Amino acid sequence: MRVLKILLEKEFRQVFRNPAILRIIFMMPAIQLLIMPLAADYEVKNVKLCVVDFDRSAYSRELVNKITATSYFQLVDYTDSYNKALTYVENDQADLVLQIPAKFERQLIKEDKATLFMALNAINGVKANLGSAYLRTIIGDFNREVRTEWLQLPRFNSQPVIEVTPINWFNPYMNYRIFMVPGILVILVTMVGAFLSALNIVKEKEVGTIEQINVTPIKKYQFILGKLIPFWVLGLIILTIGLAISYLVYGIAPLGNIFTIYFFAGVYLLAVLGLGLLVSTVSATQQQAMLLSFFMMMIFILLGGLYTSIDSMPAWAQAFTKVNPVAYFIDVMRMVVLKGSTLWDIRFHLLTVFGFAIVLNSLAVWSYRKRS
Amino acid sequence: MKSVIVNGVQKSFKANKGSVQALKEISFDVEQGELFGLIGPDGAGKTTLFRILTTLMIADSGSASVDGFDVVKDFKAIRKRVGYMPGRFSLYQDLSVEENLSFFATLFDTTIEENYDLVKDIYIQIEKFKHRKAGALSGGMKQKLALCCALIHKPSVLFLDEPTTGVDAVSRQEFWELLRQLQKQNITIVVSTPYMDEASLCDRVALIQQGSLLDIDTPKGIMNKLGKPLWSVRASDMYVLMKELKSMYEVFSCYPFGQEHHVIFHNDGQSILEIETALKKKGIADAQFKRTEPTIEDSFMKLMNK
Repeated sequence: MRVLKILLEKEFRQVFRNPAILRIIFMMPAIQLLIMPLAADYEVKNVKLCVVDFDRSAYSRELVNKITATSYFQLVDYTDSYNKALTYVENDQADLVLQIPAKFERQLIKEDKATLFMALNAINGVKANLGSAYLRTIIGDFNREVRTEWLQLPRFNSQPVIEVTPINWFNPYMNYRIFMVPGILVILVTMVGAFLSALNIVKEKEVGTIEQINVTPIKKYQFILGKLIPFWVLGLIILTIGLAISYLVYGIAPLGNIFTIYFFAGVYLLAVLGLGLLVSTVSATQQQAMLLSFFMMMIFILLGGLYTSIDSMPAWAQAFTKVNPVAYFIDVMRMVVLKGSTLWDIRFHLLTVFGFAIVLNSLAVWSYRKRS
Repeated sequence: MKSVIVNGVQKSFKANKGSVQALKEISFDVEQGELFGLIGPDGAGKTTLFRILTTLMIADSGSASVDGFDVVKDFKAIRKRVGYMPGRFSLYQDLSVEENLSFFATLFDTTIEENYDLVKDIYIQIEKFKHRKAGALSGGMKQKLALCCALIHKPSVLFLDEPTTGVDAVSRQEFWELLRQLQKQNITIVVSTPYMDEASLCDRVALIQQGSLLDIDTPKGIMNKLGKPLWSVRASDMYVLMKELKSMYEVFSCYPFGQEHHVIFHNDGQSILEIETALKKKGIADAQFKRTEPTIEDSFMKLMNK
């Protein structure tokens, strides 16, 4: 017990004497949480649109007005040359070209039918996709307006029309931040857990201090606990800072019990720390450890459901997310924050992550050697 | 009673192609309370041997025991009674002198107070810096702190791996005086060094090169093993002198030694006058030969040339 106490004392002393680590611990969550949710936004705004209008009629102008009235589109040019519009696309000045053919108005009125042409700059696939979807909605809307204006509808529709009214459960305004902030928080906690713990142990190897520790009668479990506990505590501190920022800045208060989050985070950190420990046993230098954890973090984040939905991944990727602890925590965070899930609701997540913790830590303890 | 017994220890490492034999069938033993020196150039295998004896590494074959305990089977017992000071400064640079010392004391389940008398002489010298971080100490101070940390649990055997490398001449001398004092407390000390002049300060030394022991004896014994009288020679052009001497058939061996060359002759230097005239003919007029006392380095050079 005395040995463990002095190990912890030493570890905390070192952390608090290292201004770089302190800065990372306290500044990183603040900066990431303040910048990322604002910048990394799913909603595509400012789609640059170029209109090629061969018609120049009242209707075509009305349509263009309707489009540019929304905040989604930004009119780059209003021209009558398709080639000119294409140059805009080529120079990356326009994302979308909408071509209104000649006699658009006449055809619409007389033949009750008109065609529009849309050209997308597919280099930025997300922007092109969402931009065209927005545009289609607006054109559809416009179409309905024209019809009500011109056609005297019979009292009863001859064709049945289904109108769909969506309601967004748990996030009524589809606020993107409520959805993103808890996820980013998970990444932060993971970074501290996996990165810092791995780097810390490898640093002892690199500087040679582990040599001096290894000749002492200290037990393996004492050494490992002495490393795990400080970073477990730091991880929870980061979580606390993160939750405070998301409440103060974004007004996100978890719908569920906050202790559910802490309880899960406590178990989750054990798993992540085990991973960090494992990384440290296989790397000899801080550089190796850094690259290895960086590589894993990338995969964990991209296949963790933070930015892209797991359900839309191919089957093999979905299978991988089953062994990705980050995916579980992101899921739990969203469940508790948005839906107010309880411990009972997340019991399977909890058990799985607990399983990870056991496996990873046993592997780490097993592969940590006091001698070569 | 033998404090350290090494019996046919071998160790090889994998290199890019094949393997490198770091230790080849090393055997020796160290008496209780002895100050034993392991002398050899860099890469001779000194650190590997130390790592095996301090249970940090397992030998490929052979056996070794420290204080009567086997280094493989009873490694736990050895860790309790051995003090090890690695060649590289391995204390926490961001902890203060005092924090480092009490940290290692606690790891050995003791306190600074309990064994203060053992480290007192050394600790007094660094006590005024006890709140300074270990990383901010000078080289000599660092060595003293490391020695304190290796001693704080009252070890019966102390392993010091090149404790004086990179330390100034005055600090080196002080350090060896400290070792002498520790020896009086009946602590066995095994110390390695690449400096030949430090060998004469040990009770016994083992000369090691490329993983093999060349000789084990008292410093005096090793010096006497030279067998032949040793001559030193100086001239204004040392380089040409060396070349000419080496080409003479009377010369057994010749090597630079400080500002002079040391020469051993087949006929023990009976024809020194003839050699001087021979050199004069070759254009070296000012060659001066003198009889000189051999040092450990001379013996080492002779053993290496065997």
